[in-house]
Amino acid sequence: MTDTPGAEVVRPGALTTVQDLGRHGHAHLGVPRSGALDAPALRLANRLVGNPGGAAALETTADGTALRARSAVTAAVTGAPCPVLVDGRPAPWGAPVRLRPGAVLDVGRAVRGLRCYVALAGGVAVEPVLGSRSADLLSGLGPAPLAEGDVLPLGAAVGPVGAVDTAALPGPPAELVLPLVPGPRQDWFAPDAPRELGRAGYTVSPASNRIGLRTEGPALRRVREGELPSEGMVLGAVQVPPDGRPVVFLADHPVTGGYPVIGVVPERHLWAAAQAVPGTPLRFVPARA
Amino acid sequence: MRPLTPLLMGPHALLVEVGGGEEAGALHAELLRRRECGELPPVREIVPAARTVLLDGLDDPRALASDIVRWDVPPLDSVPGRELRIPVRYDGPDLGDVARLWKVRPEEVPEIVGAVRFRVAFCGFAPGFGYLTGLPERYRLPRRATPRTAVPAGSLALAGEYAGVYPRSSPGGWQLVGRTDTVLWDPAREPAALLAPGTRVRFAAEDPAAGDTGRAGPAEGHADD
Repeated sequence: MTDTPGAEVVRPGALTTVQDLGRHGHAHLGVPRSGALDAPALRLANRLVGNPGGAAALETTADGTALRARSAVTAAVTGAPCPVLVDGRPAPWGAPVRLRPGAVLDVGRAVRGLRCYVALAGGVAVEPVLGSRSADLLSGLGPAPLAEGDVLPLGAAVGPVGAVDTAALPGPPAELVLPLVPGPRQDWFAPDAPRELGRAGYTVSPASNRIGLRTEGPALRRVREGELPSEGMVLGAVQVPPDGRPVVFLADHPVTGGYPVIGVVPERHLWAAAQAVPGTPLRFVPARA
Repeated sequence: MRPLTPLLMGPHALLVEVGGGEEAGALHAELLRRRECGELPPVREIVPAARTVLLDGLDDPRALASDIVRWDVPPLDSVPGRELRIPVRYDGPDLGDVARLWKVRPEEVPEIVGAVRFRVAFCGFAPGFGYLTGLPERYRLPRRATPRTAVPAGSLALAGEYAGVYPRSSPGGWQLVGRTDTVLWDPAREPAALLAPGTRVRFAAEDPAAGDTGRAGPAEGHADD
């Protein structure tokens, strides 16, 4: 069976999930979009191994993962910079790495940032659910997070390996500055809320996850009390729960929510948010839609 | 219909606020109709909620915002909708409490619920969980004081102005009046969700003697028992 393309999970890591670009078009049924939090890093990893950019790969959290190749396969690690080992020997990060059958790829702890992307030629070929192989940790759709001994099926490799020869991705910034387009519920907050958000008073909370980037810092003051009937939510929506600490919605966010949204962080700025480790200073600067 | 209030939600979404649930349903139906006949710019998601409809994945939400305020949205009654008949065993653990709160005999609860033509207003909470409106105001119920840690899949539950069927076992605080064997959510099936927004639903009392198969069927608009 060693000829069957596949990879065995030797060390799952703190939280490693299968992710592609997510499931779209089902939000009205209560289905979150899910998908890689750092989509450019996923695309790059895929291109390095000759996959289409949106093929399913692995997203690790903080401490990487380790896999044993069951057949010869090319892998690439992108996203957060980290040590990469093949059978204990250093191998390049951000470049195609050829694995022989039985070789162990060890993706180490992130040196900076939080999430690494591990693409394997052919892509992770778990059964898609509603058009996507992404693990959705809010609703439980898609494959469960990796566990030791899992065998990941792989598709047949399609493209030439190393179509991109260098991987120059900016590392995560020391301070996270997120542009914020105001609305739709900014009128629920005191007029000084934008200034409060723009001051360097927030940090990324350790309670952050794939659903949302939580913050620690000053509580935003509301000028309207009462409940907001549940309304549709978007990726990057900054929802303010009763404790006043803004939450930036990431890929596994609920499709509707009942707390007011003071503004929205445009999608292209969320990749950096996905790599911000707990404790990173954070501020929001006003932006136009 | 009250005027539509479009609110920009980031660079690619529009949250359209209306007066209430009926208006949100009417706007949702109108958006689907316009999308069907190619009269709507490309949009990735159309998400109805309690008194809003969200359009996400728009190229130019400002253009649609200035257009949408001029729309004449027909009322919901005039929109034909799919109607489902879902067989239910009215044997929920909260049937007695519900009867007491409604000041009726427990055997009257299935008649009251079964007579309502519900409408799926929106989904949320879990994939395939629809919030169904239509219960007359006098039958609105509080949530249970202590939520259950596990509500069995298929439970028909009531709370506030809504009815819902738990698509899978989950915690929940709604009043459980019955249970159906109909599979409401199956991502491998087309459609994955039976209770999609806009669907009309009747919860018909299952006749144990008839050996009901538990399959939902279209009611063809003559489901009055």
